[in-house]
Amino acid sequence: MVRSLLIRGMLVGLLAGVLAFAFAYVFGEPQVQHAIDFEDLLVARTGAPPEHELVSRGVQRTLGLATGTIALGVALGGMFSLVYAYAYGRIGVAGARLTAAILALVAFTTITLVPFTKYPANPPTVGSPDTIDKRTLLYFGMIAITVLAFVAATRIRREYLERLGAWNAGIAAGAVFVVVVAVAQLILPAVNETPAGFPADVLYRFRLASLGINATLWLTIGLAFGAAAERLLAPADRRGPAPSAELAS
Amino acid sequence: MSETLVERHSGAVAGPIASPKELLPYAIFAGVLLALLVYFVGAEEGAASLIGGSSVHEFVHDARHLLGFPCH
Ligand SMILES: [Zn+2]
Repeated sequence: MVRSLLIRGMLVGLLAGVLAFAFAYVFGEPQVQHAIDFEDLLVARTGAPPEHELVSRGVQRTLGLATGTIALGVALGGMFSLVYAYAYGRIGVAGARLTAAILALVAFTTITLVPFTKYPANPPTVGSPDTIDKRTLLYFGMIAITVLAFVAATRIRREYLERLGAWNAGIAAGAVFVVVVAVAQLILPAVNETPAGFPADVLYRFRLASLGINATLWLTIGLAFGAAAERLLAPADRRGPAPSAELAS
Repeated sequence: MSETLVERHSGAVAGPIASPKELLPYAIFAGVLLALLVYFVGAEEGAASLIGGSSVHEFVHDARHLLGFPCH
């Protein structure tokens, strides 16, 4: 069962990577090019010779971009399927598709959206090469903190479910999540590395495109994996004493 | 949607499909391999370098920026 889910997860991730590439190519690449043009302008002003290109821009924005988005899609799809295999039947909702949709929404929120509010995506030129170690650590650290805060919140919700009721237990869990994330974001250092004169509109559109790419990834994984998992799990579902088993269809 | 949720809460929830013991080997082997994949897209030849040079970094460079990983 786990093996079948893992294979489906990686295939679904492949599809998600292809769609994310299409989104990235259309909405992201123009902004990357604007950023690189700005960088070239800065370099030209200093009178230094232009940088030698190891991989041409043409390859970077097509084959390279596709390889990156598809590889990440496969990795995330595979990991998603393993979390799904654990979460299915344990998170209080039934239905293969509903479970996948909820998990994908949680993944997008905790891995992309919330960490983004502290360390958003940056186009080329924004960010100093000297601080890459620190920024990488902070980026993955912020994701880890957010995911752990969410796991802690779900535990708290479960703990107080009986005593407080579903609504208030949910509020308590949400409050814990928000407070932990807020405190972490206040403590962690800010990264302010946008060079003077960098076009604000390009930065805004680039970041919006980045959110869109990640949303495409998780939306595809959530919906397509739900469909694939339902086909796999449907026989097991029907065996259960569930008169409403077809309701979610 | 909410009606479905409520209805299904009333006893129609299917049980778990995999025990933690069953999941552990997958979590270790597949998890490590998939994490390595994330690493190559997101961080190789940035903060750390496994194979040296900067060809991987340059090749997936646009994806790294657009997916939100730190770069440059
Ligand atoms: Zn870069």
